[in-house]
Amino acid sequence: MAISRHSPISESLGVRIALIVTSVLFMALFLLLPLVAVFAEAFRSGLGPYLAGLSSPDAQAAIRLTLLVAAIAVPLNVIFGICASWAIAKFEFKGKAFLITLIDLPFSVSPVISGLVYVLLFGGGSMLGPWLKSYGIEVLFAVPGIVLATIFVTFPFVARELIPLMQDQGTGDEEAALSLGANGWQTFWRVTLPNIKWGLLYGVLLCNARAMGEFGAVAVVSGRIRGQTTTIPLQVEMLYNEYNATAAFALASLLAMLALVTLVLKTALEWRFGDEIAASGH
Amino acid sequence: MEVRVSNVRKEFDGFAALKDVSLDIRSGELIALLGPSGSGKTTLLRLIAGLELPSQGKIFFGDMDASEKTVQERNIGFVFQHYALFRHMTILENISFGLKVRPRATRPPAGEIRRRAMELLDLVQLSGLEKRYPNQLSGGQRQRVALARALAIEPGVLLLDEPFGALDAQVRRELRRWLREMHDRTGHTTVFVTHDQEEALELSDRLCVMSQGAIEQVGTPDEVYDHPASPFVFGFIGESSELPVTVEKGELLLAGRPIGLAAPEARPGPARMYFRPHDVDLVEGDATLAGVVHTSRRVGGTRRVEVDLGPANHKVEIDLPFDHPAGERSQLTFRPRRWQLFPSA
Repeated sequence: MAISRHSPISESLGVRIALIVTSVLFMALFLLLPLVAVFAEAFRSGLGPYLAGLSSPDAQAAIRLTLLVAAIAVPLNVIFGICASWAIAKFEFKGKAFLITLIDLPFSVSPVISGLVYVLLFGGGSMLGPWLKSYGIEVLFAVPGIVLATIFVTFPFVARELIPLMQDQGTGDEEAALSLGANGWQTFWRVTLPNIKWGLLYGVLLCNARAMGEFGAVAVVSGRIRGQTTTIPLQVEMLYNEYNATAAFALASLLAMLALVTLVLKTALEWRFGDEIAASGH
Repeated sequence: MEVRVSNVRKEFDGFAALKDVSLDIRSGELIALLGPSGSGKTTLLRLIAGLELPSQGKIFFGDMDASEKTVQERNIGFVFQHYALFRHMTILENISFGLKVRPRATRPPAGEIRRRAMELLDLVQLSGLEKRYPNQLSGGQRQRVALARALAIEPGVLLLDEPFGALDAQVRRELRRWLREMHDRTGHTTVFVTHDQEEALELSDRLCVMSQGAIEQVGTPDEVYDHPASPFVFGFIGESSELPVTVEKGELLLAGRPIGLAAPEARPGPARMYFRPHDVDLVEGDATLAGVVHTSRRVGGTRRVEVDLGPANHKVEIDLPFDHPAGERSQLTFRPRRWQLFPSA
């Protein structure tokens, strides 16, 4: 009887090679090639123009704004995300299924629509917009609008990461902490948070990458005032439309690097804390 | 500390998990809450702990009404079924947790906390493992860490939820003996939940048998085993066989035939007779239970046979000496040595 070299339930060698080659080719063509192209284009005219493109006042303003927006949106979404997943995972209440669906809404709605919602809410013809304006608060075509739109779009990342993790862990540890005399706050800081920290970090990473890279929703609410309300993705598009390819790709390379760093950190987290993150179904 | 459960009812979404339960737990005793799943035993334990609040009724700790007190205020030690050890903390940190989270005014100094935790680690025979993490320990070791952690806060009452449920038989027996010794040394009032009657009989001073949200019987292992208060208890604690009999002129009849057992006190009419398989005498004579061996299996030091009692096709189990010659289709005549009558359902 012939000795079969591979496991009886796995595919034959030819099929396996075909599958692997197809996926690698696909990845190379659709993911790797564009990434290389971004850097190639950015450095086409050498390092000087690349740095000049990054250090122009508009580019600097766009970088600052992007960092500012992420610095506000990500922490807020961490807090909202923990609250929502705590509520969903640790106790029962009416409308829980609805809340879970609602959390997914930003994923299922086109970002452009998310932006338009804020235009309707805070625009000149709305109830809120003129009222806030009378107090000197500009939302639309200003930083607050960009922050709001970004929060909306990036909301699910942390919550989606934590809900399955917390459901999986149940309430046993919290009950144990309470029975040992800990109050709610101590239980959260000493027991719940350490239990979810790697899943949380993973969610923050994804949330941050999206917050810095969001285009659609931000484009609608920003008004694209150069040097004031343009984030990196918007600035890239504007530069590109002005045929300033080098500067556009220089800025784009920043986002590409952010993506690479996120990917490396994400892989490192998965490798090191795979079990805990696996609970969240990624 | 004495714990008094007084007319407690607990509902979950309209379903009554406990129906008007009252139980006095004596100071220093080791009492088992025993019952099948769904009997309400864990709910009762969690109510005593303060992890649930009663829908009706009160729970007293000594003279203090604890019904509305939070779990923190009740000062109980709770050992969870799956231990619920904090996985990101070392064994020592786990044990000292309860002392570390105390408010500054009542918190012992760090050195003292460490000393007490090490002492407890020694008490549960795990010295040397203080730097390990829970996932580096075996199930039995984790169980003992959970106990040490609960004891660290010097609880008034120690509550254990299925403490040996997740362990294999060998470890379970060892830990059972060990827990009994621990209890005798420390003298904590201890309540533990189990579905294992053998465990409850061996370990507890008294046991409280529960079924369908109500208490069936409370008593010492001897009382409960020898004088079950209800058919449920008879059937749940130990092995039992049941026969539908009739009481006539102070005698028991099975299918119209006397079986040689007198019941002068019993009310005439149909009744159910319960007896233990090992509580039978093999006797010769007419007024006996007579039947044919249906199946025969060796169980430890005895042979358990299922006897088909003829006309109405009643089958009962009895124990024979393992070297008894009876095989399948052998005729046997016997009488229960001890038995109990309950009204027909």
